[in-house]
Amino acid sequence: MRKIFFIKPNISNLNICLPVGSFLILLSFLDIFLNTFYNLNPSFFIIGPVNKVLPLLLGMIGFYLIRIEYSGKKYLDIFNKKINLNNFNALCTLIISFSIIKIMPIFLSWFIIDANFVGDNKDACTGSGACWVYIKVWFERFIYGMYPASEIWRINISFILIIVFGLFGLFSNEKIKRYLILYYAVVYPILAFIIIYFLVSGGVFNLEWVQTNAWGGLSLTFIVAFFALIFCFPIGLFLALGRRSKLIAVRYVSIGFIEFWRGVPLITVLFMSAVIFPLFLPSGVYIDTLVRAIFAIALFEAAYIAEVIRGGLQALPKGQYEAARSLGMGYWKSNYLIILPQALKIVIPGIANTFLALVKDTPLIFVVGLLEIVGMTNLAKTNPKWLGLAMEGYIFAGLIFFLICYVMSKYSQSLEKKLSSER
Amino acid sequence: MNNKNKKYLLQSALILSIVSLFIFFATNAQINMSNRGLQFGFGFLNREASFDIQFTLIEYSRSSTYLRAYLVGLLNTILVAFFGIIFATILGVIVGIARLSKNYLINNLASAYVEFFRNLPLLLQLFFWYYAALRVLPLPQDAGEFFFSSYLTIKALYLPALRWENFYVFLTLFIISIFLIIVTKFYTKKIQEKDGTQFPIFLISVAILLILPSLSLIFGFSSFSIEKPELLKLSETTYTFEGGLEIPPEFIALLFALSLYTATFIAECVRAGIEAIGKGQKEAAASLGLNPNLVLKLIVMPQALRVIIPPTTNQYLNLTKNSSLASAIAYPDLALVFAGTALMQTGKAIEIVSMVMFTYLLLSILTSVLMNWYNKKQQITEK
Amino acid sequence: MAKIIELKKVNKWFDKFQVLKDIDLDVSSQEKIVICGPSGSGKSTLIRCINRLEEHQEGNIVVDGTELSENTKNIEKIRAEVGMVFQQFNLFPHLSVLDNCSLAPIWVKKLPKKQAEEIAMNNLKRVQIDDQALKFPGQLSGGQQQRAAIARALCMEPKIMLFDEPTSALDPEMIKEVLDVMVDLAKGGMTMIVVTHEMGFAKEVADYMIFMDEGKIVERAKTKEFFENPKSDRTKLFLSQIL
Repeated sequence: MRKIFFIKPNISNLNICLPVGSFLILLSFLDIFLNTFYNLNPSFFIIGPVNKVLPLLLGMIGFYLIRIEYSGKKYLDIFNKKINLNNFNALCTLIISFSIIKIMPIFLSWFIIDANFVGDNKDACTGSGACWVYIKVWFERFIYGMYPASEIWRINISFILIIVFGLFGLFSNEKIKRYLILYYAVVYPILAFIIIYFLVSGGVFNLEWVQTNAWGGLSLTFIVAFFALIFCFPIGLFLALGRRSKLIAVRYVSIGFIEFWRGVPLITVLFMSAVIFPLFLPSGVYIDTLVRAIFAIALFEAAYIAEVIRGGLQALPKGQYEAARSLGMGYWKSNYLIILPQALKIVIPGIANTFLALVKDTPLIFVVGLLEIVGMTNLAKTNPKWLGLAMEGYIFAGLIFFLICYVMSKYSQSLEKKLSSER
Repeated sequence: MNNKNKKYLLQSALILSIVSLFIFFATNAQINMSNRGLQFGFGFLNREASFDIQFTLIEYSRSSTYLRAYLVGLLNTILVAFFGIIFATILGVIVGIARLSKNYLINNLASAYVEFFRNLPLLLQLFFWYYAALRVLPLPQDAGEFFFSSYLTIKALYLPALRWENFYVFLTLFIISIFLIIVTKFYTKKIQEKDGTQFPIFLISVAILLILPSLSLIFGFSSFSIEKPELLKLSETTYTFEGGLEIPPEFIALLFALSLYTATFIAECVRAGIEAIGKGQKEAAASLGLNPNLVLKLIVMPQALRVIIPPTTNQYLNLTKNSSLASAIAYPDLALVFAGTALMQTGKAIEIVSMVMFTYLLLSILTSVLMNWYNKKQQITEK
Repeated sequence: MAKIIELKKVNKWFDKFQVLKDIDLDVSSQEKIVICGPSGSGKSTLIRCINRLEEHQEGNIVVDGTELSENTKNIEKIRAEVGMVFQQFNLFPHLSVLDNCSLAPIWVKKLPKKQAEEIAMNNLKRVQIDDQALKFPGQLSGGQQQRAAIARALCMEPKIMLFDEPTSALDPEMIKEVLDVMVDLAKGGMTMIVVTHEMGFAKEVADYMIFMDEGKIVERAKTKEFFENPKSDRTKLFLSQIL
């Protein structure tokens, strides 16, 4: 490149290079901008293939001219360092920003400008863009599934109750703090189960009984994820301890169990819960599909949790085990008081990642006929009155999942950072 | 002694309870199955399957056996996993390196991609590609040609196919050239050890790989013709393409979803692997006078690969297991063909689901055995 | 004697912060120079500029008749002639000690493997760890690792050796074994530039002492003069703290 250009931009000819370079860059962006938004071609007078790459050429020369190291101008230096380090870098910058300018109008018009927001049936969607009316009309179904509309308050109340009971730990004083583990490990799951069983399922206290196959939408996502999370953690913990146990039988049973679940896809586990498990029960005994699905997911994810926890147990220095033993503590006591609190702290990010995977796996319950939010959008698009609107539904469901998972993953990353700085 | 007894008691109790649970399940299953008039056994595998499969790699018809159907499903799973792994690796490596770019835009674009695709359920992505994105493609008669008479339509992707004559000559030469490359590598290494001469091994390998097989074409021992897909009118309004290679949209959607999703994880593995090599290593290598290519080849890559390969293999395994989501969009993979259609027809729930599960389990165990072997080998040289 | 390293008016900035200010320095062949100064004074940056691990922004650096510029071939040539030893050893953990040493002779000097390994063994003998040749860096003690790193640099038969605080990361009992090797090397007539706080070593081998502070060479003097009669107040203060 240097051989082509006679001027080598440096601090001495900054006063010429900077304005000329900036002007050329501006020109190149103007060309692209007019091209996309106004369908004009300001460089019409240059014909042939050069026309197509002209903005790129102009931009490259411009970027070359303003690439002055240690110019003394703060913003120019930052600019050069971030996106204009060398010729290749500048080319990438130009291609990326031009593509963004080119693509933006397509997205803008589909999502907002040509989209329809008002109305209550498909005929209202006359624009060429998205039909957000569809989301508006189906919103209740996407959140609550086929749950009877007049009974939806029951789901809302039970969710609020579960959240309130979950926040209990925040307001506890020193006196009850040591019972918190007991509360969250035993009392809270039972409490949550009772709430869901009596309030959402109904059948008692004059509440109409709603079958689980009417449940659905985002609320079902939450229910499945919540209970699977609560169950998979203790199972995983015991499997992890079992895998490191000195008792051969315990160890091999744990290893077999863990490796089996980790080796098969979740979908086949759900198949199993749907078609094989009922065969294993005495005739007359029936366990609800939803319960079976939740247990299938919990067992499956427990194997992954177990491996994460095992990683934490292995990371602990051997001295910790010996110290606990030398204080005369037994197996359970030393694990409960010394080992697990430390090991679990190390693996919090890993556990969070497994929980994240669990949340992303919940849509798979469609194979046993349960429709959470992804399943619901998939069902809604087949409604004869609303055909051809698959895109909108998936984008809506995707947005919700993205929000949940993104927040979770950012939280786990910040925890990871915090933990690694503490050590 | 007391303590020891306790241990034995505990373990026997565990084994006893597992065995009794197993017996409980087995007796229940027997009773339930006999109530429904079913019998346990794998005899059905030799019976006629009498259902169609849309997309098969090996010959299959309605009169084929269930065992054949199982093989068709297994091969379809392997096919999509194979291509998924290739695409995910290419994309993952590019994105992983882009994540380390000093350019603000490249860096952020790559991390936006990773954050976006890894935080969406795979099933949702699969539905999106299959039911939404691929549905806006044109009908066959409206499809424009792109890239050497390929057509991307709502029905399928049509590619020109190569029809070979005497393919085996070409294939033999191809295998010979690979063999030759290995031999060349071995000998150039010997020569280098002897008198220090360095050879551009990569260029030589490429040359061998290109020239030798094409000799068979030049001298006419084998030849191929390109079969282009042709538009065919079926009726007044329906058209289709004939000839060439037809890739069904189920396969495309599955491949897209699997590789875009898995690539995000591979990208993170690659990034972590490269970041794991300290600046000091590169500086030390450079200060010895090694040029950047050699630094990459001798110092960075060998160390980075050690960190990258184990978690990436795990991702390959995940991709293979995730390919079972195919049943959601009717791509005839193992889960759909066997645990879906075949199970519906035969009602052999226990046999079929356990066959499918053990197939996946076997794949996983094989991979992890391989991985353990690799890790052990690496560890010995390390310490 | 011929000047083997010449620095003229060298300036360098990290963003706004100027790390090197108008550095002038000549080193003749076979001279031993020790650079000392408080941390952050630019000592390491200075010697890293000599084999262009850091780029200088102004001024000239000429090493063995070749000016350092963006020309990559020149840089590689100079780096092959200038050996460098780092504070953190930076041995390649995936290669055995012998392979660490023979790597550059094989790939840069294009020597046959056998010859390269002979050179490597000779140099390992010189630093007295030839019995560890087949071990991996992770299996060696810190002092052994640093000696292996010195041997690795020597295998390229450099004209100049740069030492960037070679003993700072070592446990006290291992410092001596590394310093002994360096003293031996100095007595063999190697041109050396050493950044170190080991004043005993400096007194024993250095021809010149350089004291740096805030990116500038504050004082440059013959070793004896430097310790007995330092001119600048800052040098006096520094010496009183460190001795």
